[in-house]
Amino acid sequence: MADLMTNAPSMARHVLRGRLEALLAAEGALGFALPREACRSASLNDAHALWLGPDEWLILSAPEAGLGDRLEGAMGAHPHSLVEVTDRQVGLVVSGIEAEAVLSVGCPLDLDQAAFPIGMCTRTVLSKAEIVLWRTGPETFHLEVWRSFAAYLRAFLTASAVVPVAD
Amino acid sequence: MLLITCPHCGPRPELEFVHGGEAHIARPAQPEALNAEEWTEYLYMRANPKGLHAERWRHLHGCARFFNALRDTTTDQFVVTYKTGEARPDLKGPAA
Ligand SMILES: [Zn+2]
Repeated sequence: MADLMTNAPSMARHVLRGRLEALLAAEGALGFALPREACRSASLNDAHALWLGPDEWLILSAPEAGLGDRLEGAMGAHPHSLVEVTDRQVGLVVSGIEAEAVLSVGCPLDLDQAAFPIGMCTRTVLSKAEIVLWRTGPETFHLEVWRSFAAYLRAFLTASAVVPVAD
Repeated sequence: MLLITCPHCGPRPELEFVHGGEAHIARPAQPEALNAEEWTEYLYMRANPKGLHAERWRHLHGCARFFNALRDTTTDQFVVTYKTGEARPDLKGPAA
C-alpha cells in the first residue's frame, strides 16, 4: 500500500484552447506536436500535452521551465485561451500490479492495456470526483484531480486498495 | 451500465454525460420581433415524441463537448450520435 499512491512531482499546469494558427504557434514553443487524436498525449522531456477535447489540451511542465510565458509569447497574436491551473489541481501517481484493479473500483472505463494503452489520457470520473486519468506505464497511472477533491480521492483509493482483489 | 458513443471519444459510460434537451432548436434570429406566443413556442414547446428523438448531450466528464443523438424514447437505445452542426440523420426508428 505504501507505494500504491504517491504525490506527483510539483509541476506547472496550463489549459490551452485555440484554433489552428494558435496551435501551430504553441507547437513552436513546445517543440513537439499537440496530439490531435482523441484521448492521446505527447511528451518531450519534462513537458507533456494531454488531449482533453477537440480544441483543448492540458499542458504539464517543470515549474522552473517557464513554459507558460513562452506559450503566451508564441501565441500572442492569435486568439486563444491559456489558463494557468497549477494550483487548481494536484497530481497523484497510482502504480503497482494492483493499480488497474484499484482504479476500477471507482472508474467505469475499461483500463486493460488493450483498451487504455500507455499514453492514453482522458477526463473521466473516479468514484464521485472528476479526474484526468493518464496511463504513463503498464502499471502506472497519473491522476490530476481538483485540489479540494484530493483528500477524498486519497481516502477512496486507500479504502479501495484494502478490498480483497481476486487474482 | 449504458454506453453512449461520443462522436469525439467513442463509447463511454453513461455517467460521464449530461442531457441537454431537444436538438435542432434554433434561437430566433430576431428575438425582438417575436410576439409572446412565438416566444413561448421557442422557449417551452417541445416535440416529446414516442420513438426516435433528436436531443443534445454533453460529454461533460470527458471531452466536455456538446453533440447530438437520436435516441429511441421507448427503449432508451441510442441509435446514432453525431457532431453539433451536422444534419439530423435520416433514420426511421426500429419500430417505425
Ligand atoms: Zn467526448
